[in-house]
This record gives sequence, structure tokens and C-alpha cells, in this order.
Amino acid sequence: MSVTIDDVKHVAHLARLGMTDARAAELVVELNNILGHMSVLAKVDTRGVAEAAGVGAAGMPLRVDSGPPIALARALDDFAPAVRDGLILVPRLASHEGSADES
Amino acid sequence: MTGTTVRSDWEMVVGLEVHVQLLTRTKAFCNCSTEFGAAPNVNTCPICLALPGALPVLNAQAVELATRAALALGCDVNLVSVFARKNYFYPDLPKGYQISQFDKPLAEHGQLTIGTRADGALIRIGIERVHMEEDAGKSLHDRYPGASAIDLNRSGVPLIEIVSGPDMRTPEAAGGYLRALKQILQYCRISDCDMEKGSLRVDANVSARKMGEVKLGTKTEVKNLNSFSNVEKALALEFARQVSVLEQGGRVEQQTMLFDGARNEVRASRTKEGSNDYRYFPEPDLPPLVLAQGFVDRVRKSIPELPEARRTRFTADYALGTYDVEVLTASPELANYFEGVARHSGDAKAAANWTVNGVLAALNASGETLDEFRVRPADLAALIRLVADGIVAHSAARQVFAEMVKTGDRPEQVAQREGLVRVDDDAALRGWIDEVLAEHPVEAQRFLAGEKKLQGVLVGFVMKKSKGSADARKVNQLLAATVPG
Amino acid sequence: MSRDVHRSPLGARAIAAAVSGGELTPERAAREAFARGDLARVGPEGLNALLWTDREATLDAARGHGTSSDFVDRGPLAGVPIAVKDNIATLSLPTSCGSRILEGYVSPFEATAITRLRNAGATVIGKTNMDEFAMGSSTENSAYGPARNPRDTGRVPGGSSGGSAAVVAAGMVPIALGSETGGSVRQPAAFCGVVGVKPTYGRVSRYGLVAFASSLDHIGVFGASVDDAALGMQIIAGRDPMDATSADLPVERYADAAGASLNGLVIGRPKEYFPEFLDARIRARCERAFEIFRQLGAEVRDVSLPHTDLAIPVYYIIAPAEASSNLARFDGVRYGLREAADGLAATYEATRSRGFGKEVTRRILLGTYVLSAGYYDAYYRKAQQVRTLIADDFRAVFAAGVHLLFTPTTPSTAFELGAKSDPVEMYLSDIFTATANLAGVPAMSQPIGLVDGLPVGGQLIAPHFDEARMFGAAYALEKALGAEALR
Repeated sequence: MSVTIDDVKHVAHLARLGMTDARAAELVVELNNILGHMSVLAKVDTRGVAEAAGVGAAGMPLRVDSGPPIALARALDDFAPAVRDGLILVPRLASHEGSADES
Repeated sequence: MTGTTVRSDWEMVVGLEVHVQLLTRTKAFCNCSTEFGAAPNVNTCPICLALPGALPVLNAQAVELATRAALALGCDVNLVSVFARKNYFYPDLPKGYQISQFDKPLAEHGQLTIGTRADGALIRIGIERVHMEEDAGKSLHDRYPGASAIDLNRSGVPLIEIVSGPDMRTPEAAGGYLRALKQILQYCRISDCDMEKGSLRVDANVSARKMGEVKLGTKTEVKNLNSFSNVEKALALEFARQVSVLEQGGRVEQQTMLFDGARNEVRASRTKEGSNDYRYFPEPDLPPLVLAQGFVDRVRKSIPELPEARRTRFTADYALGTYDVEVLTASPELANYFEGVARHSGDAKAAANWTVNGVLAALNASGETLDEFRVRPADLAALIRLVADGIVAHSAARQVFAEMVKTGDRPEQVAQREGLVRVDDDAALRGWIDEVLAEHPVEAQRFLAGEKKLQGVLVGFVMKKSKGSADARKVNQLLAATVPG
Repeated sequence: MSRDVHRSPLGARAIAAAVSGGELTPERAAREAFARGDLARVGPEGLNALLWTDREATLDAARGHGTSSDFVDRGPLAGVPIAVKDNIATLSLPTSCGSRILEGYVSPFEATAITRLRNAGATVIGKTNMDEFAMGSSTENSAYGPARNPRDTGRVPGGSSGGSAAVVAAGMVPIALGSETGGSVRQPAAFCGVVGVKPTYGRVSRYGLVAFASSLDHIGVFGASVDDAALGMQIIAGRDPMDATSADLPVERYADAAGASLNGLVIGRPKEYFPEFLDARIRARCERAFEIFRQLGAEVRDVSLPHTDLAIPVYYIIAPAEASSNLARFDGVRYGLREAADGLAATYEATRSRGFGKEVTRRILLGTYVLSAGYYDAYYRKAQQVRTLIADDFRAVFAAGVHLLFTPTTPSTAFELGAKSDPVEMYLSDIFTATANLAGVPAMSQPIGLVDGLPVGGQLIAPHFDEARMFGAAYALEKALGAEALR
């Protein structure tokens, strides 16, 4: 298994990380180098071994369906980049230019 | 595309994914209110805003309601289920992932009965799984130029997703499934299923195949379905589109289609397929959800009798007709009301009659709910007994009832106060007859002259004068006796 | 300012006693901490260990302590100045995680650990430098420049909690909070010659700790001494309803372990932690510690944790995978940096590529890759299975009658700034520490001597939730070593 430039670009897109072609090319080398050190895992016999599923997996504590919400010490418009009429504004998604598809 | 007739050698295959908002006070993973219609971003906190360092803690009531839904839909509840992260970027998804369940859902392998075939066999739709997840926020795309506006009040609201098998073959079956599902969810107080508020949402997977073919065709996912009738419309349209593609030798492309109700059409969504890779993995902030068998048993006991079982029982125990059974089992409240009346009165037929024709009509007229309705089942049953015992005449019972609806008083009180207790005392009846004969000399003369058919008219006058309380049979006898032999 | 330095006691216990007894005010204790910090040049011009402070506000708040509540005034940490890693949410100072993407962000809520420390009387005097989002082992990956080791300013303090280790080593504060995902408290504690404790997973609430890898993240404590670390851990340990992974188990009194006898204690010496390549002088320091343990009545037993060498590959799959998801929330929508660009997609990419540094970007890509379709089973699932084997190693050793393990904390002493440019070489700094994060067992590092003038850390590892016994051995070793610990 070896990482290609297409893999890097695909993964960068999934992670919404912009990068130059030059940096992507470097990352091919870096990721292959790192993953090369992981190949030792393939040789470990893990048949019948459970995946670690959270330490202390005795079960999940639940909360009751009531109680006061956690107050914010500062209001949303104090820390959000763009707020109008209480709504958070972002540049419009390309697929929504001039339409009101899906929400 | 409309008007296309689909040749009958193609079969429609439909599976539905239904998202339902659970009736909790607070969100799935934080204490924020789930109230609908609050000012934007008012119901938010560090957790549902996904502020750095915030952690989710699961709502016990959401677990209970989801479990109740799973059991009501006949599913096997997994005593250990696992939350997973579904990773994707969208501005109304604050964490950049949705907490959902993936390979170890809360429940699997259920089924829902949606009706009876002509041969009497039950029509059953498989439920593949019921899993818990959280809702995203809301994006408003047309409020500000060039910008989308995000409201996160809905972010983190608890949902269950109910995934059916690909078991429906017609738009009507899909509609039937949705109506049956909604009824159960409302019956069990799991959700209010209000599509306008978004508390029930439907996505449909549709494919077409040649009749007799076993393999499923390539499916498309139809979204933006905001009513059950639109689901049916959209399915018919999308099926017709697929068949027309296939008949022209084309291939159906796996994609998301959007239903446009205004134009009555389905069209391909612009979201790119194949670009989604959700990278599910177990949610490390939440240990596995471990349910005790005792908890599941307790939830099972809390489930009210489901509509299907109730229909069967009403038909058998009360010998009611199909129409009455359908009407009376529409909601658990109404069914309970009817049963209360039947039990107290000992007369199921009359109870059904009064509930369907009296109670529902009164509720329709006033817009009240059954909870607010003043006439309690025991009181309506008392009225039925008064009629059966001849204390209130059939003809006066409606007026007594109308007065009970207005005042909430007991029927005995009303009948007394309004003079609606049945009168069979000869002297009183004769008095009314004499008055009627005096007030209607023409009819009286013709009647006394032997024109028998006028007797009915005169009885009507007497009944009116007595406000329906006169014993009609006796009035008839007395009137007949006044004609000279 | 400097006339304030060293006027009052330095240990947390002594400061709290002086404050409770009315001999010292919280304000004065805080003022003296700032003065000691100035002297040690902990700021950007010097060690660059402290990123954010607000002296006037801090002194005002400390002054308030003297008048507000008796509890705060007489709490177990009354007036004790503490420093906090920049990835733990505080209300009064920024929480930037050493990243551009959170530059200037001040959290509108507070971490549970901070609330508990404040309620115990402590004064937060500043936020400390760190590798961006705790990704690193040297505190060189900070958007705000590298921190330096107070023992030798040409060397790194270790990481990722290097700033916290440095301010404690510099004598500014007796207690600091750090966080651990693969050794980020113990390794810098070893490099700087202080005590660093990672509790059992679930022992200390993570609420308010900005997540890197949720299943591996812990809040940990630095102390100038074992006692300082024990007093700090005592306050922050215990169930928190805000963290579903926090354990509902009673918390023992760690400081009561001081003076505990080691008679009959079995201390394991896992051979995998003493490999051929281990520096002979570090080995010798560890052997000296074993000798002390024997003298104190403990039995030292050779044991094996056979899957130890798999810890780094497992760690560098699971941690980046979880990180890729945890860091998705930094999208410029609700807080932090938003880099304006044409359209939403471009805004996301611009924000995240400008906001995240090189190492963070690398790990997000790595994590996204190992979770992506087609690779999940080979990497993530496999790593989680091997993680079980690593945890089973510990379970087996402890089940066989071993009470504690003792190992070197790191294979080397503090290295020079810029010495490790290859990421994988840097990752190997964690080979002796990442195992405890993967297994969730408690572990701590304490100074056990110098090599070439640089501190060497010795590591104790205990079974789940047996921090008390671990502290007991640490107290005993610290006492027996005395000045030898930093000589």
C-alpha cells in the first residue's frame, strides 16, 4: 500500500485542507515514510482480538432530560467571525447559488 | 415527465429512511432546549456549538424513547450499541461530524404491518434498523445575498433513523407504511411526527426492475419530500423517469434526486456522488451504550397496545364495523376514551356511535383536544344508560349531550335542569296533545276525521313541544285513542 | 519586583498553609510568582514558556480571593499560583492551543479541572506554550515560537506540554497543568527535571481540554516535587458528569501516600524498556533507582511487555485518526480564524491551511487517510486490535502480582532545538510513554539524576486507578534520592 499524489489530494479535499502541488508532492513522501513504519502491524496476528473500545467500557453514564443549559460567559457574536440577526453568516455554498435546495 | 404511463412489466422497489425527532425536553448531548421556533441560536451551548473542549453526554430519555420505538417496531434491541462519528463538512454541522450509530445500531430486524391483502394475509414491511443520532442545524440560503445563515438551535436535537427494507412495490404502499409508522410513533409518544416542524423527514430509495427479476436495480435517493402525498407523487415520477431511461437502453445513475413540489418534478441534486467518504469510526467521547435487560423489559411494558393489535381486538371484542374501528383506533387517546365509555356503559355499539358521531363532531366543532374535552367517558356512559333505561328519550339525548359539552355537567343534572327527562305520565302527555290539537286546528280536524297519515305530523309537534322528552310510543297510543272509533 | 522573589515558600503545601494561616495573601503569592517568572525570563523574549498572562486581572482576582469566600481562602491550594497549558479552557485568558487558528480565542466556558483548582483556592497566572494542538514532543511546533528548556536554553523542554514543564522547572509555580496523548506530560517533565503525572484514563475530566485524540487524551499535572503533583492531582481527580468517559470511582488521598512503606511491593523491570540502544548512563540511573527500591524493601522483578515496540505504530494511527475528526470543528464558521476567500469551499480550505501548522496538517492528512474507504481495516481497525494486545500486556503483568513498573521515561535526555527534523524520529521520543496512554494506565515521571548536566526521568507505571500506590513509590524514591535526583 503506497500513497499516491491523488490519494493526498483526495484526502486533503476530505479534510478541507488547501495545499499547493509542491506541498502535496512532499506529503506523498512524508506519508509513505510514516506509513512505512506502520507496516509492522500487518504482521501481528490479531485473529479473535477485540478492538479497544474506550477504556472503562462498562457502559455509558446518561444524563437526565432536564436541567439548565450551560451558560456562555461570552455571547456568540463575541467570538463568531460573522453574526447578523443572531444568525452565523458564512459564504454561500456554491451548490446553493440562486437556489433553495436541501437544508 | 408527467403523464408518462409506466408499462406494467416494470416493478418499483422502494425502501424508506425516516428520521424522527424524539419528544425530549433537552437535546441529545446537552441540556439545551429542543423547543421549536426560538430566536436563532438561542438554544445553544458549548456542546452543540462544538466549542473547543466541549464533550457530549447522552440524554437518558432519548435512549428510552428510541428503545420504545425499536420495541414498538418489533426490533431486536442490542444490549450493547456503539455511537460512531460520521465525518463531513457542512456549516450547520458544528463538530464536522455527526454523532450517529453505524455498525452496531440500537436495534435491528423489526417489521411493521401496514394492512391486509385481499386474501387476508397481513402486509408486512421489514425494518432493517433503528439507530440514534443527532440533528444538524439549519442553513438559510436565501436570506442574505451571497451568504448562508446558520441557526444551530436544532443542532444536537435527538433523532432516530428508521430504515425499512426494500419491501414496498407501489407509491401507495410507501404511503401506507408512513401512515402506519407515524401512527405507532404518535401512539407511543415517541415523536409528534410533525412534518412541518421537521420532526419527521423521509428519504426514499427507489429502483426499477423487470417483473420477476430478483436482483435489485440501481437505486436513486429521493429527497425533499415534505408530505406523505408528496412521497407518493415523487415515487411515481422517479419510477417513471427510471423506466423511461431503462426502456431507452440507458442506465440509471446512482444519485440523489430532489422533488420539486411546485413544478411536480424530480431532478438531480447538484451534490456530487462519490465525493462522500464519511470515515465512520467509533465515537471515542462516548463509551458503548450498554442497556440492562431489565431496562428493555420495563420499556416494553410501557408500550401501549399498538394500533394493529387494538384494531383486531376492537373488531373481535366489540363487534364493531371496519369504519368505526379505523376511526376509533386513530389515536390512543380516542381509543382509550371509547373503551372507557364502553366499559362504564356496558354497550359497545352505543359507545362507538356516541364517540364517532358525538364526541368527534364536538371536537371538530370546538377545535379542542380530547384532553380538554369536558365530557368524561363515565359521564357519556351515564347518558347512554339513561337512554337505555328510558329516563332520557333517544330524541332528547342529543340535547343533553350538547349541554354536557358546554357545561361539563353530569347528564342527570342536565336532563333535570333542561326538562329533558322522559315524560310518560298520561296526564302530562294528554296536556301536550290537547295543546297541539288546539294550536293546529286544520291538521287536528283532518286527523280526527280519519286521515291517519297525519298522526306522525302531530307526534312531531308534541315531541317538539316537549323538547324531545315525551315518550313517543305513548304519545302515539294516546293520539290513536283520541280518534273516535 | 525582584525583591519579592523567594520571600515566601515555594511548595504548594507551604504556600497554602501560609495563606490559610494569614501570613501570606493570594495576591502576594501571585505577585511573587510573576516576579520569579520575570527573573527566569519565562516570557517570549526568554524561555517562551508562557504565552498568555494578564497580571493586573490576575492580581485583582487573587485580591478578591482574600475577601470572597472562606473556602477559597482556606482551600487545600489557597493562594497557590498555577500555570495552565494553552489547550485547557479558561475564562480569563486565551485558549489558543498554540495555534494560529485559535489566535485571540477566549473560551466562554471553563474546563472542569480549572473550576476545581480555582475552588480549591489556586490562582491561574498564565497559559503555557505547547506544540500546536499538542502534536509534538519538543514544543517547537508552536505557532508562537519554540519554548526553551530552563536547564539549557539551547535545548527543547520536551513536549507537547513543554511550556508547563518549563515554568515549573524555572521555579515560577509549584504546579502546572499539562495534557498527555502519548507522553506529553511525562516526557517534558523528564527533560526539564520536574515531576509529571498522567492519571488513569477517566480519572480526570477532559471537559474543557481541547481534544486531540479523545481516547488517548488526559489532563496531567506537573509538580516541582512529588508532593506538589499529588496535591494538584488530588483536586482535579474524580467523576465529572460533563465527561461520559470519566470514571465514577472514589479518589484516594494521594498525599497520604507520603511515607508509605515499600515493604513487600513488587516492582517490575520490563525488559523492552531497557533496549540495547538505551544510553548506558540513563540505564545506570534507572539501576540506581531499582537499588533504592530494593533497599526500601521492594522486590524488583524482571518482566516482559512483549507488544511494547508496536506502541508507536499503533499510536500514530489512532491519534491522527481521532485528531482528523476532532480538528474538523476548526472551520472558521463559529469561532477562531476565518480566512476570507471566494465561496464556502475556498474559505474552508484557506482557513484551515493558513490556520494549521505543518505538523498538524500532516497528522490530519494521515488520520483522514487511515480512516478513508478501503484503508480503515488495514490501519484503524488493526491498530485498535493491537492496542488491545498492548493493554493486555499490562493486565497480564499486574495480574501476575507485580504492583508497579519502573522504566526510563525517555530514551534520551533533552535534545537541541532543531535537532529532530524527521517527523518519525520525533515520534520515537514517545516510545516509553505512549504505551500507558494506549492502555489507559496511570504513569508518572520524576527526576532520577543528571546526565551531562541534563535531567533524566524515571517512570512509574501502575494498574488502572492505583495512583495512590504509584505516588507512594514516587515519594519514597524522591526522598531516598534527595539532592541526587538533580545531580
